[in-house]
Amino acid sequence: MQLAGPNGAGKTSLLRIIAGFAMADEGDVLFQERSITKYYDEFAQELLFIGHKTGVNTQLTALENVAFWLKINGYDSKQDLYPILAKIGLVGLEDVPVRMLSAGQQRRVALVRLWLNSAKLWILDEPFTALDKSGVAFLQERFVEHLNAGGAILLTTHQDLTTHFSDLQTVTLEYRH
Amino acid sequence: MWKWLHPYAKADRAYQLCNTLLPYFAVVTVVCMIVGWVWGLAYAPADYQQKDSYRIIFIHVPSAILSMGAYSSMAIAAVIALVWQLRNAELAVIAIAPVGACVTAIALITGAAWGKPMWGAWWVWDARLTSELILLFLYLGVLSLYHAFEDKKAAGRAACILAIVGVINLPIIHFSVEWWNTLHQGATITKFDTKAIDPSMFWPLMVNIVAFAGFVGVVTLIRLKNEILQREKHRPWVRDMVERG
Amino acid sequence: MVKQHSYWQLFSAVFSKDLKLAFRQRAEIVNPILFFLIVITLFPLAIGPEPGLLARMAPGIIWVAALLSTMLGLDKLFRDDYHDGTLEQLIASSYPLPLTVLAKVAAHWVITGLPLVLMTPVFALLLNLESSALLATVLTLLLGTPLLSFIGAIGAGLTVGLQKGGILMSLLVLPLYIPVLIFATSAIDTSSMELAYSGQLAILGAMLIVAIIAAPIAISSALKVSVS
Repeated sequence: MQLAGPNGAGKTSLLRIIAGFAMADEGDVLFQERSITKYYDEFAQELLFIGHKTGVNTQLTALENVAFWLKINGYDSKQDLYPILAKIGLVGLEDVPVRMLSAGQQRRVALVRLWLNSAKLWILDEPFTALDKSGVAFLQERFVEHLNAGGAILLTTHQDLTTHFSDLQTVTLEYRH
Repeated sequence: MWKWLHPYAKADRAYQLCNTLLPYFAVVTVVCMIVGWVWGLAYAPADYQQKDSYRIIFIHVPSAILSMGAYSSMAIAAVIALVWQLRNAELAVIAIAPVGACVTAIALITGAAWGKPMWGAWWVWDARLTSELILLFLYLGVLSLYHAFEDKKAAGRAACILAIVGVINLPIIHFSVEWWNTLHQGATITKFDTKAIDPSMFWPLMVNIVAFAGFVGVVTLIRLKNEILQREKHRPWVRDMVERG
Repeated sequence: MVKQHSYWQLFSAVFSKDLKLAFRQRAEIVNPILFFLIVITLFPLAIGPEPGLLARMAPGIIWVAALLSTMLGLDKLFRDDYHDGTLEQLIASSYPLPLTVLAKVAAHWVITGLPLVLMTPVFALLLNLESSALLATVLTLLLGTPLLSFIGAIGAGLTVGLQKGGILMSLLVLPLYIPVLIFATSAIDTSSMELAYSGQLAILGAMLIVAIIAAPIAISSALKVSVS
């Protein structure tokens, strides 16, 4: 499902409310018919959120960042991460502090998580920012895989999705003062 | 608890509740204040030691009691706001905080003014004065935290958390200051005898305490009404009310 | 990908990440100690170098300096995590946030509090503190500085989202530090008179236990407010 709308329409705010970071003025968010404020831990099990701020520490290397993220989410961090980092185009950059990488490469360090999780719901805020064409295409391939495996994706983007998603739904927010 | 609170989760109901309560508080305040001040300042007998200067207790003691009382009410409102997610209780916290800070300041100023003839100095590090000063810092912390946030929703919740942390710490602070004071008791402090206060002074004091409590209630209710209107200004019920005049 | 919950894995991941970062930019460890040293140097310059007077004031000086130097690191405690989005990832992790917070506060103490404890003999020397008071100073710092980290982290959590949170944080936190200051300095005072000071230590210990249980909950809710 894609969330569209002009700048300032509230796409990011809505995503953050759905992810449970912010509270709505009124109403509640339900996940599998249960309020996420009450059952946040269970919801968090099935949630992968990557926002504008990606949660990548620029002092640490790509490898350290990925391993940290795996650990704080209870995944096995001792697995061999080099092949996955290579697949996403970070070959040879695994042990360089992230601040030395380009914006697109930094974004890739965050997006590695999409290959390393078992969450059903992905909430992605502008995932294509700073990515090159091949990166965008590569990411969309991963989206298709996730959807075929029965997952759901909620994302915002200003770019048109180049891959054809058969059950893409677009919700457009209007700017209201 | 929830059943009882639930109706007041709606802003318009809370606003109506304020309106209903306000006259009662106002009447109590006006009556008690006139009676208490005239009785205390003019008719109550002068102290055999301190002469007329003791009469400041008719302002000092009520404000000191209310400074603590207002803080506890603020903390209770904060707990209600966080546990039951009641936005109106959050607004109540914000409504009480400045009132409590003012009462605390009054207690401090009158305490200092009383200290001058009593102890010969405007300020002595008396345990109760020191606690009161720290209480003022806690109030100011809640207020400045609230005003530092641009997003008033987050501001309200942050202020609530701080109020609760403060109320947990308050007894510890109070106890530690008492204890520190007995440890360092200097020669300058001569506490006036703590023997029971004479009924002719006790009753006007009680009336004054009720008057102050009523006054804090009145100001808080008016402030709460304002906060509710400010937050709800785009809602239909406010518009209806304004149009009806 | 299989999820396997291990609270220890979370704790050690957060704890070791903060330590790793601090050791990479050594300033974070060195600066609070230097600050502490400089503040302590200022006192003899301000009140005169008379040894008796310094020894009399030493507990107060050491503890006020400790209060101020822990404030330095507090500002940074959650700031980087807030700005780069790590905090959101920590909240959205299925682990309980208070545990994460506990790990961060523990790391903060190891970075700013522990060095002070280790350096105490040097400060005691500078301030002419009697040897009988040295042990008391070390013990109060050992019990008291973690308390400062816990209480301070509440203020840090509340102000991390604000533009100029630093000064405001000090305003919020310093009044809450007063009991620690009173009991710690009184323990040192008592010890220099060669009297038993176990009572004050017991109170500090009790406060520390309460803080370990209650503070992470307060800090977590503060962080959730700041992130929203």
